[in-house]
Amino acid sequence: MSLRYLTRRLGLALVTLFVVSVVVFGVTQVLPGNAAVMILGEFATEEQLSHLERQLGLDRPTYAQYAGWLGGILSGQWGISLRTGQPVSSLVLQALGRSLLLALPTLLVVSLVAIPLGAAAALRRGSRLDLSLGVISYLGVSVPEFVTGTIFLVLLARPELGWFPAGGYQPFTHDALEAMRYLVLPVATLAVVLMAHISRQTRSEMVDVLQTEYVRTAVIKGLPRRVILIKHALRNALLPTITVIALDVGYLIGGILVVEEVFAYPGLGRLLVFAIQNRDLPLIQAGALLMATVYAAANLAADLLYAYLNPRILYV
Amino acid sequence: MCRPVWVRRFVSRLRHSPQGALGVLLVALVLTATAVGPALAPHNPETFHPQHRLQGPMQGFWLGTDQFGRDLLSRILWGTRPTVLFGVAATLLGTLLGTVVGVLSGYAGGWLDDLIMRVMDGMLAVPGLLFALLIITALGTGTLSALVAVGMAFTPGMARVARSATLAVRTQDYVKAAVARGERITYLVFREILPNVLAAMVVEGSIRIAFAVMLGASLSFLGVGAQPPSSDWGLMVSEGRAYMFRNPWVVVWPGLSIAVVSIAFNLFGDGLRDILNPRVTG
Repeated sequence: MSLRYLTRRLGLALVTLFVVSVVVFGVTQVLPGNAAVMILGEFATEEQLSHLERQLGLDRPTYAQYAGWLGGILSGQWGISLRTGQPVSSLVLQALGRSLLLALPTLLVVSLVAIPLGAAAALRRGSRLDLSLGVISYLGVSVPEFVTGTIFLVLLARPELGWFPAGGYQPFTHDALEAMRYLVLPVATLAVVLMAHISRQTRSEMVDVLQTEYVRTAVIKGLPRRVILIKHALRNALLPTITVIALDVGYLIGGILVVEEVFAYPGLGRLLVFAIQNRDLPLIQAGALLMATVYAAANLAADLLYAYLNPRILYV
Repeated sequence: MCRPVWVRRFVSRLRHSPQGALGVLLVALVLTATAVGPALAPHNPETFHPQHRLQGPMQGFWLGTDQFGRDLLSRILWGTRPTVLFGVAATLLGTLLGTVVGVLSGYAGGWLDDLIMRVMDGMLAVPGLLFALLIITALGTGTLSALVAVGMAFTPGMARVARSATLAVRTQDYVKAAVARGERITYLVFREILPNVLAAMVVEGSIRIAFAVMLGASLSFLGVGAQPPSSDWGLMVSEGRAYMFRNPWVVVWPGLSIAVVSIAFNLFGDGLRDILNPRVTG
């Protein structure tokens, strides 16, 4: 990995974040009724409004407002939530922590289950395992998360069964085992779509790799099957999977927006939906920017890891 | 029978693709339900039957009833229209916007192309649902703004496809010849470039319809798309959630319906891609 590639890729990530910040700022700018109206309510007098507008800097030109807003975001001043009156930063960061409690186990479960499944399907092409994995993946990407989640709830969280809570969140400080029960169904719901993507991806890469010259050479040389599969085939098949996992962080963010609503889970997704329903500007801006930043960071990390792990490609 | 060559080729390729054939069949079924569903509904979808609240499937109410005693079968049949038409219309809007932006960008080239594509990259870097939610924040809630939001969320991806198709066409000899003849820009764009970009856009669009249906239903589920008393399926799941343990059918039927429509368009889109572009395999 050359220094030039590194700086170019970092530059691209910065450009992306800049565009995202403009989109977030622009979208919240064209809201009918500006922040002053939202704070004072619709019955405020003209005088009060223009006074507060000057105070908030709303009478300045748009680019100056953007610069001021971005400066505030970068220096950690994220403002006060209009609806709850609490500081945005503490609200958002607490919610982010809880969302990660869903996202990270999901990524872990998906990697541990989908990659071996995809590889096994590639080894037994046309088998019952392969075909059923194909059908299940197709269903997985065709059913929206809120439907999967609701069906999980109907089947597994009926009060008379008592298997899983119908939603909510418990901190891990009291009873870790009980807290985990709150995570099972949301994580399972999020995992379905990702499993479909990653198992299909691993399968198709593995099929390609198994047909290469070097794998056939290894077979003819009489190397043990396990060595061929893991060292020659899987290692090469997994490289592109890294990129797919990073793209899936995008799906995961979209999924979290919906799944947290289904399971009444107090994370970043639900906070953002709440903010949008209540037109809580500072909360919308911080939440959306944070999500987009997480996604950009995941893509950046995947590209760098890919370049690092793949010595054949010199990015110039 | 005298059918055009492409129709015959289409049909013969369809025979070799059972998935595509299933997709065509399912999409035909869905479109039929969209067209005549309301006429088949046994009840008015908004009439309350207070003596039959939250019933399972029974005589007279074949799929059961919801929390107001409304007939679920009738609501599902009526809901086909808002749900399916939403997906198709949002995809059309995204395809239209994406084609304009992509052809412009690819045709212009140079710094304008660079600028447009960097902006599109930035938009692509926002996950689709989040992007749609942001647009709805600006436009206000409702079916129409959800439609515009999904269309705009599709624009950057479609623009990329249109741009690369434009670049591929632009270097062709017949386009160079047209430029050399001194044809106007409008002639070049509408007669030479667009017809050749269209095939790629149709394939990309048909693959996205299922995604548009899912996004639209998700937005209605989150309460920012279709509003009550619409029988939009996403909204039906959202409204029925409070009663799902008393009568699971309230959420199961609309959920299954969304899944069927989305699977139908997914199979259809994949089949279409295989037929029009047989080199790429899924």
